Amino acid sequence: MRRANPKSIVIWALVALVGAAGWTILAVSRGEEVSAAWMVAAALGSYAIAYRFYSRFIADRVLKVDKDRATPAERLNNGVDYHPTDRRVLLGHHFAAIAGAGPLVGPVLAAQMGYLPGTIWIIVGVIFAGAVQDMVTLFFSMRRDGKSLGQMAREEIGPVGGVAALVAVLLIMIILLAVLALVVVNALASSPWGTFSIAMTIPIALLMGFYLRVLRPGRVIEVSVIGVALLLLAIVSGSWVAESSWAGTFTLSPGTLVIWLVVYGFLASILPVWMLLAPRDYLSTFMKIGTIALMALGVFLTLPTLKADAITEFATSGTGPVFAGSLFPFVFITIACGALSGFHALVSSGTTPKMIQKETQVRMIGYGAMLMESFVAIMALVAASIIDPGLYFAMNAPAGVMGETVQSASQAVANLGYTISPDDLAAAAKAVEEESLVSRTGGAPTLAVGIAEIFSSVIGGAGMKAFWYHFAIMFEALFILTTVDAGTRVGRFMLQDMLGNVVKPFKDVSWKPGVWFASAVVVGGWGYFLWVGVHDPLGGINQLFPLFGIANQLLAAIALTVCTTLLIKSGRLKWAWVTGVPLAWDLIVTLTASWQKIFSSDPKVGFFAQRGVYQDAIERGEVRPPAKTMEDMHTVVTNSTVDGVIQAVFVILVLIVLADAIRVCVRAVRRPAATALAEVPYVKSELVAPAGLITTREEKTELAAAGAAPGAGS
Amino acid sequence: MTTTAPANAARSPLRALRRAGRTLWWYLREVSGEADYERYVAHVRRHSPDAPVKSRREFERCRTDEQEADPRKGFRCC
Repeated sequence: MRRANPKSIVIWALVALVGAAGWTILAVSRGEEVSAAWMVAAALGSYAIAYRFYSRFIADRVLKVDKDRATPAERLNNGVDYHPTDRRVLLGHHFAAIAGAGPLVGPVLAAQMGYLPGTIWIIVGVIFAGAVQDMVTLFFSMRRDGKSLGQMAREEIGPVGGVAALVAVLLIMIILLAVLALVVVNALASSPWGTFSIAMTIPIALLMGFYLRVLRPGRVIEVSVIGVALLLLAIVSGSWVAESSWAGTFTLSPGTLVIWLVVYGFLASILPVWMLLAPRDYLSTFMKIGTIALMALGVFLTLPTLKADAITEFATSGTGPVFAGSLFPFVFITIACGALSGFHALVSSGTTPKMIQKETQVRMIGYGAMLMESFVAIMALVAASIIDPGLYFAMNAPAGVMGETVQSASQAVANLGYTISPDDLAAAAKAVEEESLVSRTGGAPTLAVGIAEIFSSVIGGAGMKAFWYHFAIMFEALFILTTVDAGTRVGRFMLQDMLGNVVKPFKDVSWKPGVWFASAVVVGGWGYFLWVGVHDPLGGINQLFPLFGIANQLLAAIALTVCTTLLIKSGRLKWAWVTGVPLAWDLIVTLTASWQKIFSSDPKVGFFAQRGVYQDAIERGEVRPPAKTMEDMHTVVTNSTVDGVIQAVFVILVLIVLADAIRVCVRAVRRPAATALAEVPYVKSELVAPAGLITTREEKTELAAAGAAPGAGS
Repeated sequence: MTTTAPANAARSPLRALRRAGRTLWWYLREVSGEADYERYVAHVRRHSPDAPVKSRREFERCRTDEQEADPRKGFRCC
């Protein structure tokens, strides 16, 4: 290998120093206010080192990426799905596909334990688990012409593991959609401004769809510019609507919003893609990238001070109001996206591997994009930590704990060990022109308050706070709704595919009755959990979010199992720890969390213990707070039973996949000769393209030798 | 024919700016998929010069139809 030159040694020593300084300040500061700059320094320093050294080690030594081996994009180039795409463009595509509401919501909720546990897990988790999973999945899928995770599980592990993986993905998808929809409902409930702005996105999307279909096909940029301008107008006019006589029409209760969302979800998933889904996707992608860029800029420009504690007492006591349970395992469950997210495996296998130009680029696209998402999670944590802790808890504790008024909320916050006066609570709501900020759970409103704080100190001052708050709500709700729409379609497709094995007509995925039936089942599934989440006296988010986190991490367990199996089957037993260690960690976390959720005797944590306590009370004819009526009591019993059963089903499915994979691995180690890999054979690559973001000197020489290579960019 | 030094200095930042603008435009068109049609046409022309090429309208319709048929294409994550 080439020898390191002195200049690069000096640079990397400085990077290490910056990262170490960040970590040191975060670690030793207690009780005093710390600048967010240190969190950013710790994150960026660690990412840089991990990318430069660890991801390179994985690419060169473990995966042995081969720049002379043609990728599916080169071999099967059809100019449409399979085509060698410039690495910077593909990085943009891949990042836009993996980063959504997840990395924004999880860290906000996890902030109840202080900013330090979240920071450590986001950074360490992404380096050793999340980014590794994304990169290795991308690599193996690329070696198999872009097969999906489910297909790889079926072909490389076996039919039993494959079917279990498919069912798990479908169930997990339903929980995911319910939780995301719940975040939207909580953000829009009794907020005429927010509800009006979001409602306006539907006509805007329809207009854009018509423009792209009929007026000027394919002019995505101009229609997106028009769309974003209309969107900003919708946000501004939301404030006028909120003050007009229409306010009542758009002031909706959570229950009403659920009905609207379910109706919307069903219609959106059966309407043609061009009408609503495709234009909404352009809109939400532009908003997403724009807001994330603004957020990074805002954090760098203002470098706000963290007001939250480094570690709160809820980390050890496990009695936090946002979600129950102690730091281990629940911080690692609550923050999934941004550290380790199983859903990425669905993107890393599928679309991206069909477009990659060179094998060497899996490092930049798989590992690099995940580091970017992790940084989004760090920014969300910054936004949640610069809020006064009293306000944070008033916003995130369930309504059953906080009561109806600012006085009761102030008292309840004092009981949690923090302080905020009723006047301050009312003033905080007034600053963002909302009726109340008490118990606005789900993470989105808290993040919006943090973002409004950061943005308004850069642009507009206190007078713009309400605009930025609703801008942030809009941005989150917009892409959550896009995910709900797209996710319902994917769920429907998977269900049709599964049903097709039993009832023949379902095999034809465009058979209309099949489409309607499968859509109704999927929408009914997430709609049920959404309804339950909204009406749960114990608070929907703190009941459902752990379920979602565990589900997502269990999906990661499936992806890491597939990766580890493939490493072993392809004769890389020596390197199996690269995905094996994160897999082991993920299993320890998720199985412990699942165990506690199922068997814990603490009714705040264990679903069945909770069920028992409320069932006993019902038999004695008592109403236990926070339930207010006997009906509430029955709701709690039903919900905790369903949640507990779902939890158990997830674990069983994952254990099936794991057991099947272990069987395959043992066989592969014992009889390596009899192991069949479904890898596509070697074909020599004719393309020349750089591996990383910056073209190295050797690559420039190669490019020059190959003539003006395509994909070298402009 | 001889340009003075200040004019040169004024021109080169302008040129750099124009270059940056062009790169940004190229990137936007690629990332948003607006350039996909041109790539498709170039692909067809290169491989079979006489084959019929879909019009832009047909091409865009086919793309949304494909997404309709398999919604996993272009799936977004949480």
